[in-house]
Amino acid sequence: MTPNRLGWQGHITALGGIVWREAIRFAQQRERFLSALVRPLVWLFIFAAGFRSVLGLSITPPYETYILYEVYVTPGLIAMIQLFNGMQSSLSMVYDRETGAMRTLLVSPYPRWFVLVSKLVAGVAVSILQVYAFLAIAWFWEIRPPPIGYLTLLPALVLSGLMLGAIGLLLSSTIKQLENFAGVMNFVIFPMFFASSALYPLWRLQESSELLYDICLFNPFTYAVELIRFALYAQVNWPAVGIVIAVTVAFLGAAIYAYDPSKGLVGRRRG
Amino acid sequence: MTPALRVQGVSHAFGKTQALRDVSLTVQPGRFVALLGVNGAGKSTLFSLVTRLYDNVSGTIEVCGHDVRRQPGPALARMGVVFQSRSLDMSLTIRQNLRYHAALQGIGRREAIKRGDWVLERVGLLDKGASKVATLSGGQVRRAEIARALMHDPTLLLLDEATVGLDLRSRADVVDTVRALAQGGEVGILWATHLFDEVRSDDDVVLLHKGEVLATDTASEIAGDSTLSDRFLELTGVDEREIAA
Repeated sequence: MTPNRLGWQGHITALGGIVWREAIRFAQQRERFLSALVRPLVWLFIFAAGFRSVLGLSITPPYETYILYEVYVTPGLIAMIQLFNGMQSSLSMVYDRETGAMRTLLVSPYPRWFVLVSKLVAGVAVSILQVYAFLAIAWFWEIRPPPIGYLTLLPALVLSGLMLGAIGLLLSSTIKQLENFAGVMNFVIFPMFFASSALYPLWRLQESSELLYDICLFNPFTYAVELIRFALYAQVNWPAVGIVIAVTVAFLGAAIYAYDPSKGLVGRRRG
Repeated sequence: MTPALRVQGVSHAFGKTQALRDVSLTVQPGRFVALLGVNGAGKSTLFSLVTRLYDNVSGTIEVCGHDVRRQPGPALARMGVVFQSRSLDMSLTIRQNLRYHAALQGIGRREAIKRGDWVLERVGLLDKGASKVATLSGGQVRRAEIARALMHDPTLLLLDEATVGLDLRSRADVVDTVRALAQGGEVGILWATHLFDEVRSDDDVVLLHKGEVLATDTASEIAGDSTLSDRFLELTGVDEREIAA
């Protein structure tokens, strides 16, 4: 290999290759795309419709008027798509490790952190496709944020996708076998989703349980939801931006550490 | 000449279990070196250390003069690997797998297509390039993995039990393909196996047992007046049935 392949052009080629492979796999797995789409739509069509009459919502930023529950819950469902996608990507990493395909990735001459970040970026790209497909269908369900919101949403999706993917990546490094992953899905996805501002405003939650309110404030998923909620209305929730970036850096750093053969968990295991 | 691979004084332990003890070996370009040992001898551990899946904390491992610890990038860039477990993406075609691997090595699409045809021809799979890996036979998958390992023109080729699970004919095909590569003179090959019939008398052999190198020489020198397998049994004291497995 000529040394220039290890330069920045080679890095871009490697990143492109990883994204390309993820895109092909995604295109081949129609069921995955369909279930990624159906899940939030079921919540939107059935759950939100049922709750519409139960939950009254006051006017809180970023909303400037009274909104339907469906409108409130949409950012939470967008974040849910990314949460599932992040966990699915890490699930595929555990699977790749079991089958040996992961080794192909790890013997790449590029730094391991770069390979892992590329994998993360590929997963985020797929989740963004899913989100826009969901929003396109939701448009017919009267979920119509301002047109500029579709554009300002994009950077927020990148940030929240990276955070949720980084959490999944760290999980994948600590899980030895696929069977253990089912438990993690239950212990990570559902608590993260329910103990957040995805389904109900935090002030509402505070009225019923101070403890649950505190848990929601501690949950990084809450900030991903709020980041998306504001971005969808062309606004920036700066505290959410800060927290999402900080959590991403922390989890990604820990995942890179865990995958480093000289320090982490993966290299120490036998087999 | 700089060796394709130089392993010097490498030990490795998993907790209290010592997997490798003071292992040293050299693979020169153009040589076919058989790393011979029964299951559990430490062959896969050594491969994991050379490929940086594990970190070597004692001794040195150099690929084409690059220390895998201090210069992992240039070292990995010169190394092609066929792992014991299948590692091609079954849902992709052979060519897509090759393209993916090429990208991971920093090789762009156009060059990947050109090199893809060349390596597929070398392993006799040019007509199968558009086939999904899931539709191939065991021997074809192995040859496709060898093709993939050659995509970035490595100087060192590592193959870990590459013929496991193959029928006799496929085994012979794979071994012949790899030997032909060594004959070109540019690629050094480390062939880990527990099958004695894959070793020829003029091959360099490293006998590994319970993590230790018991002998390093050509197969005929190690065997002496006896056969290689008999000599192995004598040196290791293992049961004959164990090497037949």
